[in-house]
Amino acid sequence: MATDSTNTAGKSGAGRMVAYVLIGLGLIAFVAAFLDDYAGGLAIHPMDQFEIKRLFGEGPIGIFTITNATLWMALSVLCVIALMVWGTRGRSVIPSRSQSMAELAYGFVRQMVEDVAGRDALPYFPYIFTLFLFILFANFLGLVPTSFTTTSHIAVTAILAMAVFLTVTILGFVKNGAGFLSLFWVSSAPLALRPILAIIELISYFVRPVSHSIRLAGNVMAGHAVLKVFAGFAGALGLAGIAPVIGIVAIYGLEVLVAAIQAYVFTILTCVYLKDALHPHH
Amino acid sequence: MEGDIAQMGQFIGAGLAAIGSGAAAIGVGHVAGNFLAGALRNPSAAAGQTATLFIGIAFAEALGIFAFLVALLLMFAV
Repeated sequence: MATDSTNTAGKSGAGRMVAYVLIGLGLIAFVAAFLDDYAGGLAIHPMDQFEIKRLFGEGPIGIFTITNATLWMALSVLCVIALMVWGTRGRSVIPSRSQSMAELAYGFVRQMVEDVAGRDALPYFPYIFTLFLFILFANFLGLVPTSFTTTSHIAVTAILAMAVFLTVTILGFVKNGAGFLSLFWVSSAPLALRPILAIIELISYFVRPVSHSIRLAGNVMAGHAVLKVFAGFAGALGLAGIAPVIGIVAIYGLEVLVAAIQAYVFTILTCVYLKDALHPHH
Repeated sequence: MEGDIAQMGQFIGAGLAAIGSGAAAIGVGHVAGNFLAGALRNPSAAAGQTATLFIGIAFAEALGIFAFLVALLLMFAV
């Protein structure tokens, strides 16, 4: 590893120099561009980036209006389709790069479903895999500058979480009948405590879709708002704005991590809920 | 500096609700720190427990998110 890096440094020393100069020029241009527009302090509001706009024409926004949210959701669906269709076109024994990406994602989620929810949850794997890829790509596409983050809207994540909640509840009753209610009756607790625990379990069950959706939307939205706040600092500080720009780079790296982790957390909680539906007995 | 008392209360309330996010940070740090402490004692068992780690962090975080939600509601919905 160490010899590898010294080798490349020796070979592409000039190229690396050019890259540094380009990055420096880019940063200066970035700050200079901000100087013109945002000299008056925090002129950009950090929440403006979440505004939903019509793509075509004027007028009110209805259910079937094509907005920027619709566009970016469609793009993330297209990315998922592209990854899976393009990745599995060859189906060779020695996978190509796209095929190994597709296999990696498939194997990762399949392993997660099997580990967390058990083998008999595997029939529901396609749904969980779809959820994971959609959220992952929506998060990552939202990190592209000037794009729109669909998962930062509670309206989007609430639909996803409600779909999971309804699926899991209906599945629980279909699979176990009234036995599904034993999820709320903690049989390992002392008898006197059980009614109180039942109430707590019931509340926590119905709070699930709320926390499930707001966790994703809140994390993504807060991260993007912080980026915009720092961008406002960079504009207000003038040449010293280089410090917030470095901060933006660091936070951006953190946001890439958060985007992946939140997709993972959403999926793994879906698996936990599914396990509760399939095996409600404590 | 205009505005009424109700708006002031709204902002103060939102700020107070944001304290809950800090409390959730303590909880998440507790989960992750204890995981690390356990993982360093028995590294061979650590890999199988990462899913549990993330579930624990998610549950600890959920209550902080409710505080965040209250702050949001106070700022934009009231």
